[in-house]
Amino acid sequence: MTALDVPAQVEGEQGPVSGLALVPRGPQEQKPADYRSDQEVRWCPGCGDYIILSTVQSMLPALGLQKENLVFVSGIGCSSRFPYYLDTYGMHSIHGRAPAIATGLAVARPDLSVWVITGDGDALSIGGNHLIHALRRNVNITILLFNNRVYGLTKGQYSPTSNQGMVTKSSPLGAPDAPFNPVSLALGAEASFVARALDSDRKGLAEVLVQAAEHRGAALVEIYQNCPIFNNGAFDILKAPGSERHLVKLTPGEPVGLGELDDQGRHSHLVVREGGRLRVATRSEADPGQVLIHDPGDPDPTTAFALSRLSAQDLSHVVTGVFRAVSRPAYDDDVRRQGENASKASPPDLEDLIFDGDVWSVPSPRGARA
Amino acid sequence: MNTEQIDRIVVRFAGDSGDGMQLVGDRFTGQAAAFGNDLATFPSYPAEIRAPQGTVHGVSSFQVHFASSDILTPGDAPDVLVAMNPAALRANASDVSVGGVVIVDPDEFTKRNLAKAGYASDPLSDGSLAHLTVHQVTMGALTLGTVSELGLGRKEALRCRNLFALGILSWMYGRPTEVVEDYLREKFAKKPLVAEANILAFRAGWNFGETTEMFAVRYEVPAAALAEGTYRHVSGNAALALGIVAAGWVSGMKVVLGTYPITPASDILHELAKHKNFPVLTIQAEDEISAVGAALGASFGGALGVTTTSGPGLALKSETIGLAVMAELPLLVVDVQRGGPSTGLPTKTEQADLLQAMFGRHGESPVAVVAPSTPADCFDAALEAARIAVTYRTPVILLSDGALANGAEPWRLPVLNELPDIRPDFSTEPNAPDGSGTHWPYVRDDETLARAWAVPGTPGLQHRIGGLEKAADTGAISYDPANHEHMVRLRQQKIAGISVADLDVHDPSPATTQTLILGWGSTYGPIQEACRRLAARGVPVAHAHLRHLNPMPANLDEVIARYERVIVPEMNLGQMALLLRGRGATNLISHTQVTGQPFKAGDLEVAFLAHMEGAAA
Ligand SMILES: Cc1ncc(C[n+]2csc(CCOP(=O)(O)OP(=O)(O)O)c2C)c(N)n1
Ligand code: SF4
Ligand SMILES: [Mg+2]
Repeated sequence: MTALDVPAQVEGEQGPVSGLALVPRGPQEQKPADYRSDQEVRWCPGCGDYIILSTVQSMLPALGLQKENLVFVSGIGCSSRFPYYLDTYGMHSIHGRAPAIATGLAVARPDLSVWVITGDGDALSIGGNHLIHALRRNVNITILLFNNRVYGLTKGQYSPTSNQGMVTKSSPLGAPDAPFNPVSLALGAEASFVARALDSDRKGLAEVLVQAAEHRGAALVEIYQNCPIFNNGAFDILKAPGSERHLVKLTPGEPVGLGELDDQGRHSHLVVREGGRLRVATRSEADPGQVLIHDPGDPDPTTAFALSRLSAQDLSHVVTGVFRAVSRPAYDDDVRRQGENASKASPPDLEDLIFDGDVWSVPSPRGARA
Repeated sequence: MNTEQIDRIVVRFAGDSGDGMQLVGDRFTGQAAAFGNDLATFPSYPAEIRAPQGTVHGVSSFQVHFASSDILTPGDAPDVLVAMNPAALRANASDVSVGGVVIVDPDEFTKRNLAKAGYASDPLSDGSLAHLTVHQVTMGALTLGTVSELGLGRKEALRCRNLFALGILSWMYGRPTEVVEDYLREKFAKKPLVAEANILAFRAGWNFGETTEMFAVRYEVPAAALAEGTYRHVSGNAALALGIVAAGWVSGMKVVLGTYPITPASDILHELAKHKNFPVLTIQAEDEISAVGAALGASFGGALGVTTTSGPGLALKSETIGLAVMAELPLLVVDVQRGGPSTGLPTKTEQADLLQAMFGRHGESPVAVVAPSTPADCFDAALEAARIAVTYRTPVILLSDGALANGAEPWRLPVLNELPDIRPDFSTEPNAPDGSGTHWPYVRDDETLARAWAVPGTPGLQHRIGGLEKAADTGAISYDPANHEHMVRLRQQKIAGISVADLDVHDPSPATTQTLILGWGSTYGPIQEACRRLAARGVPVAHAHLRHLNPMPANLDEVIARYERVIVPEMNLGQMALLLRGRGATNLISHTQVTGQPFKAGDLEVAFLAHMEGAAA
């Protein structure tokens, strides 16, 4: 399949349309190894990027696509080397601009599953503008934001997600910047799909990635990624024993809870609504009527936003899973639909276009008046 | 009443930006086209959308030059100026040729309006216009009197004044009237009363000319003997947009335009947005970096990625153009140059982005550069730029400018089946010469050095490209010193080897001419006109005009060497002259102007003579 004979449009089905609706499905069985390229992987030993790569390679067969219809576009950073290691089409572009490039590709080619690989510096510093606009427009792309809270590739300067006060080579007296919360930012930018996952949680990450790929429109997945060289252990609190007290895993339709499980499989703590806010309460003190039941499809992003801020930078209560998944028109579908409707209304004809308007011939019959 | 036959006339309409000067200028142009004259136009807008009324800053004008022979420029100086208010007179009177005609509305010359325009005394009575023939026509009052029967409000009625003025001019030059009336009926189809009022005002202006004894003569400018063909009146930006659509058509590629609005390039977006049926997909991005990124992403997907901008935007796009150089993907970058640096003169013209286009990127980052020479030529130049982009898998910068963008002329419409075939020839089979059955994206065509281009979706040819240096052939990342040396030279060689037409020289007497005028871009018209005038005075000079700025034509050095001196006129401080000197030319005279205005043929004529005499002395 080439650019010239791509399928037409997502026809007006009811309900959410898959992000992959126009991408040809492959008949053959695939194995994770099929997605491995011939390039030697060159991250530092122990880098969280390895496990994310292997999780992605393991989940891609589940999408049932053909390898040639996947494209990974990245910016610049350690994480942005990712496309080289996948046997799909890919572009390792320039710092911060991957969402812009992916937008053009997605508009031109509805038959591709287009992914963006980016880092916290790439997406939120130099590329912040492109990221928010891709989300606002709801371009049908899947964005994986590898957040290690540091600039890895340039050897350890603080990033827009670093802790305030973080000591690095560029901030020997502590970083003066206040950080972004990427999930809050995405929700504020009108994102229709926002999720968060941990590099070490292969199962949780894989689940979120499948949903993100299947989402029609822009999907942002923030992945907490460990950089053992420049920000080692930044997320250890979420991986060490006792982490269940800090980790909230969202399940649609279920109460939002955390902490140890009792013998009935119920969390020790619950998230409750209180005075227009969310709060973590013990099961015994929680008013059952106020316990938050997760609804990623809520058209109003307010609750998702509150969830994204259950704790600040300190990771005391980190929410993972899908915050928001709502259906709204994808930008690229609309752009193409305008073109198709225009073509139907007036089939393209170069001759008509050029010989349009006040056209005259020489020798001109009208000129003869002179 | 006498009717005098003349060969050409230059008319300028000037008024407040809300006075509808562009509209009547455009209609007057349409009349000349319908009549069969050759013509060229030059609109001039203030940078502010609605500058304070009645001030010199708010003056907008439209100049039309029409003739019975072929002409090349919108004219140096107006023979007739219609000035709707004192500010318009003040801003334009000094341009009018000696003995020229000025038409003004005396009712507008109130104390308040004179003060707003910055006049200390009334120019209608202080003798400052003694060298001109001034006709005072109470256009406002006459228009009000005419349209009052329709019951329009005073403000709306007065808005038809511009059509009254057009009526006078139409009478004076025996212009066809139906084209104007038809246009008004169509434009105001939803407001029949307004259409009616405008038509009445237009006819009243005509009748005023017919009945008053104010004007001693009428003029006739016979139709021009243009080359046989079908014509249409076109502006540079419109022609450029149509060239892009045509490039999509003949390449069989979808056009994807990524752009961000900027004067004077926005009209290309506006025009392309009307042709989504081709399909032309337009993306109004959040900034120029995103715009060029989207275009490049579309190119990666096998579409014809196009981005349009002006100088400040080109600066923002430079990093992505560098990526396109490295990734060796087609990308059409249109820069409609305006006065710089910084915001500079956004609505004026200049050619000062040449070196930015050539070298404004980091690293050795060669791209092809093409420049159209007239508004209609923008169509062919866009096609040529697309041909190079697709054939050689390279970014191409198309350097238009404000004068071409908004200027207009008759366009001899192309014969469609003679347009070039620029289909991209995508790879469909693995090409690795080692027989491994894989695809090597940097294997090249022996002749063009263009790399194999496999678009996503092609089974078995999956590969990754990007900004890191590529190993020759395989396209894998390579940090090898010898490979980098090889690749830098190869990219340069690919651009240098683009096949471009030889430079044509118009030389009236090749055996004796010693001076060549070598121009590029929008200076074509004034240079050619100046050369004609010199030839008519018995001073033959040759003219050659560069369309391909990178690579330059193969015979260029030989052409330059043929002449004793080569004058290079440019609307910058000598950027082309610098490039030519870099090729070793030692007989160059750089002639430059940076007023934000196009060259005037008369000024060039004088300057060329001076340079020739200076050189001879
Ligand atoms: C225009 C530009 N500016 C700066 C750089 C240098 N640079 C490369 S990656 C990077 C930061 C990467 O940080 P992040 O996006 O967090 O990725 P990580 O390496 O942590 O995965 C910087 C500043 C560049 N390549 N290009
Ligand atoms: S510097 Fe950090 S992020 Fe980069 S590869 Fe090494 S461990 Fe990974
Ligand atoms: Mg980082």
